[in-house]
Amino acid sequence: MPSGIALAIWIVGTCAGVCFVTCSLIRGSFLRYFFLNLYVILSLFADLIRGAVLRFYALDSPQYMYAYFYTDCLLTITLFVAVISLASRVFAELNVSGYVRLVAVLLLLGTAGFTYAVVAQSSERLATRFALELSQNLYFVGLVLTYLLWGAVLKLQETRTRLVQMILSLGLYFSAYAGSYALVNLAPNSEIVQYLGPILGCFLPVSWALTIMRYSEDSRLTPARLVAVPR
Amino acid sequence: MMAAFILAFSLLTLLMFFVSYCRSLTASSLHTSISEDVRDVTGIKVRAAGRDYARVIQILQLCPDRPEDRSGLQIVGAYYSFLNLLEQGFAKISPAVRTWAEEERASCAHFAAVALGRRIALNREMLAQQVEF
Repeated sequence: MPSGIALAIWIVGTCAGVCFVTCSLIRGSFLRYFFLNLYVILSLFADLIRGAVLRFYALDSPQYMYAYFYTDCLLTITLFVAVISLASRVFAELNVSGYVRLVAVLLLLGTAGFTYAVVAQSSERLATRFALELSQNLYFVGLVLTYLLWGAVLKLQETRTRLVQMILSLGLYFSAYAGSYALVNLAPNSEIVQYLGPILGCFLPVSWALTIMRYSEDSRLTPARLVAVPR
Repeated sequence: MMAAFILAFSLLTLLMFFVSYCRSLTASSLHTSISEDVRDVTGIKVRAAGRDYARVIQILQLCPDRPEDRSGLQIVGAYYSFLNLLEQGFAKISPAVRTWAEEERASCAHFAAVALGRRIALNREMLAQQVEF
């Protein structure tokens, strides 16, 4: 059974997810940010599946491991698609959305192919190892893509407040996640570090929900204000 | 070694995104000018300065709360504290950092002053409704 703190984090994350999807529906932005909503909905379902498996099997059982890694892989793919959907909106005015999608598909297939090539040499069970490796590699690709997307936002002087803040939230999330991953490696036994991942999991729905609630689709900001240190 | 490098890099990018996120929050209020009411109450003459922030927040706490402003004010409050730390830590080393931090603190104060203006307007509305009854 998860501890009290883990349960509290899960409740906060679930409430934030429900809040984001509800706000999107109420403010008519569900379809506009469909893949972001899909990611949040799938993460809620993933939590339910993991919870259901945890009712019958232990935390360190192979059944829970399979459920965890396969749902995690699915979520990572959806997050990757969500990043691409934001990129295609940023590049929409340049009429290169089609190319963005093509590059995204090639990137996804390339990452899957690379992962398969690495995993095929392993003697462990292929499918589980593949799901884990693909998830990690796609996370890294998503992180790099988000940084590139942020560069494009600055270069193209994007003014749409919602879009800018959603990309910034992704940037914060990926940076914090990479940091927590490094901390886990540096201090694997620290109890606080163990909770960093689940806490960060709450961050995206919370910040997206705040963005949807706070700004309308017509809100605009001054692009020069976005650069952290103006030249 | 690799983990330490990833940690340092991710902390740097985290800081960059945090500053940009906060700047995008304060930027959204720059189009709105500070109302006469707020100028009267806070003593801000032309444009808000960094030192005005604390006073504006004190007055904000006296007004009825607007839930939609709460999270933004908390994040900008955290940003303001970060800027204070930065100013104290790096002011002697780099005057450019000091100038930049002061400008940012001023935009935090402007953000809070605009929020105060909205709260005062809400307060007036509530008062008017009570009088009607």
